Amino acid sequence: MDKQRREFLKIAGISTLAGLGAPAVVDRLVSGTTPLTAAASAEKGSSGHGAMETPAGHGQEAVPTGKQYGMVIDVRKFIAQRGLAEECIRACNQVHNIPQFPDRKDEIKWIWLTGYENAFPDNSHHHLNEEMERNQVLVLCNHCANPPCVRACPTKATFKDKHGVVAMDYHRCIGCRFCMAACPYGSRSFNWLDPRDPKGGLDVKNINRLFPTRMRGVVEKCNFCVERLGRGEQPACVAAASRSQGMFFGDLNDPNSEIRQVLKQNYTVQRKPSLGTKPSVFYII
Amino acid sequence: MFEKALKGNNNYWIWLGFLATFMAIGALCYIRQYMYGLGLTGMSRDVSWGLYISNFTFLVGVAAGGVMLVLPYYVHNYKVFGRITILGEFLAISAIIMCLLFIVADLGQPTRMLNVVFHPTPNSMLFYDMIVLNGYLFLNILCGWVILTAERKQIHPPKWIYFFVYLSIPFAISIHTVTAMLYCGLPGRHFWLSAIIAPRFLASAFAAGPALIVLVSLILKRVAHFDAGREATDKMVTIILYAALINAFFVMLEFFVGYYSQIPGHMHTLQYLFFGLEHHGHVYNNLVPFMWGFVVLTLTGYTLMAIPQTRRNDFWLAIGSASMFIGLWLDKGIGFVLAGFLPTPLEEIVEYYPTLNEIMITIAVWCTGFFILTVLYKIAVGVEHEVEA
Repeated sequence: MDKQRREFLKIAGISTLAGLGAPAVVDRLVSGTTPLTAAASAEKGSSGHGAMETPAGHGQEAVPTGKQYGMVIDVRKFIAQRGLAEECIRACNQVHNIPQFPDRKDEIKWIWLTGYENAFPDNSHHHLNEEMERNQVLVLCNHCANPPCVRACPTKATFKDKHGVVAMDYHRCIGCRFCMAACPYGSRSFNWLDPRDPKGGLDVKNINRLFPTRMRGVVEKCNFCVERLGRGEQPACVAAASRSQGMFFGDLNDPNSEIRQVLKQNYTVQRKPSLGTKPSVFYII
Repeated sequence: MFEKALKGNNNYWIWLGFLATFMAIGALCYIRQYMYGLGLTGMSRDVSWGLYISNFTFLVGVAAGGVMLVLPYYVHNYKVFGRITILGEFLAISAIIMCLLFIVADLGQPTRMLNVVFHPTPNSMLFYDMIVLNGYLFLNILCGWVILTAERKQIHPPKWIYFFVYLSIPFAISIHTVTAMLYCGLPGRHFWLSAIIAPRFLASAFAAGPALIVLVSLILKRVAHFDAGREATDKMVTIILYAALINAFFVMLEFFVGYYSQIPGHMHTLQYLFFGLEHHGHVYNNLVPFMWGFVVLTLTGYTLMAIPQTRRNDFWLAIGSASMFIGLWLDKGIGFVLAGFLPTPLEEIVEYYPTLNEIMITIAVWCTGFFILTVLYKIAVGVEHEVEA
């Protein structure tokens, strides 16, 4: 028996060494610059995925390279113009064939209105100005530069694409909903029911043929309208708000883009920046 | 050896028939869910994991708990556990099978589950969970079967099997550690975001697993004339008591961090679990009875097992280990997972009500596990009796 104990100690010693090496591996994995994630992006498309090379940033922040689409939402404009936010939501729902289930439990939401203290719980207090207390803000997927949902997905069904958009492959998703637990913004929805179910009120004859309806059992969320960007169009919500200049969209890594000018000229906030997710949606309050 | 499971008295067949009935009902419920979608459950956009994943989490612990028999016997040569080590290994097998069934029941697209293998993603904790759970299942089937076969032939087990026996020890730790990492690495879920989750999981697992083994061994003593022995039972009880105490200590540490730091995110979920959380004039407290049930039952179990007079009495020991097991299930199998979603990322409270269909599937998975456990224990006990005869 002593011999067996010795054997065990040997194994234990080797596993401890392996354990000590693990943090280095994990660090590399998490930083997003590893051959593994690079391979993942190569699998998704042949072009180089610049955004993947954006390191998470430890101490000294590296200059991000590649594209990272982002959005600025000017909340003042939405307060000034009643119904504008609803217009944006309607545009999104229409373009993406999003069903409207009456039961909250089955809901699918890509962009929606919520209270200021719900969107910015860290910035709320009892003495909020009346304007903010009364009004709601638009929330959607933040297309984080360092997205926890992408880290959690066990099949790479959700991934950062070459524009820095957090995209979904509806055909690969197994519906484990790990990404929903991982998202700190509640931006993800699951198809609990068939999205074409009559309860969802989707008029199957008059859907937008340019974008697929999903199937039940998969997760979905705002995709920054990648399909429209590919055609050289603005995201549907941005287009809907363009008259009032309520939303700006563009490449955050391009110093000459309009969105960078807007960010330079206005004080903006992000949702829960302390979590290190680096949201790409900014708010002018 | 399998033929031993095919011969049994009436009670054995009635018990299996009872379990099979619920398995059949659950199978029908699962077909309904498969055809209609997970909308048939009570899960929602806000509480996106329910009974399936919470029971999965608890059962990973039960599986890992088997190591509390394997380790003393094989590493410390604690001979008293010789007769019951096989119970630990077979419990691990049935618990892991329940875990895998719960995962499949929870998937939105179960036919695609092999995507986890086809598109391996090493930055996802679920990838590692798949590896360690299946690895631990394989190791326990291998070790349990080889060692039981050797025992039946009354020869020493082959030398090579010890490599796998020792390997199963770090695997037992890893299954529950990785399962804890599913939760504790998620930003924005403050209740889960605690470095103490993995040790706390292990502590409660090392109490829950052996508690079930004590309970089952007392039943085996009555129905199958299989006596684990007083000394072995006493030692298991000691393990349960220490593990339960450490678990309680960890829970209290969570309370300290939350309530002393006064950081809302660290406080709110505990508040919701144990006292009810007031939100926009409404107090949400669905899980409060479950959590106080956890406190009362584990304390009852602890007391009954700690006092020598009740510990030496089979009836009270059975009550004690059952309340310990159920208490720990309420904590990890109900409270921990379900409450972790609240308050939601958008600071709302949405409570979860499982549906009947979902509950029947959950019961069926438990029955499947106990069915497999019964058959495996029948074989193990049959071999013991054969050797003794």
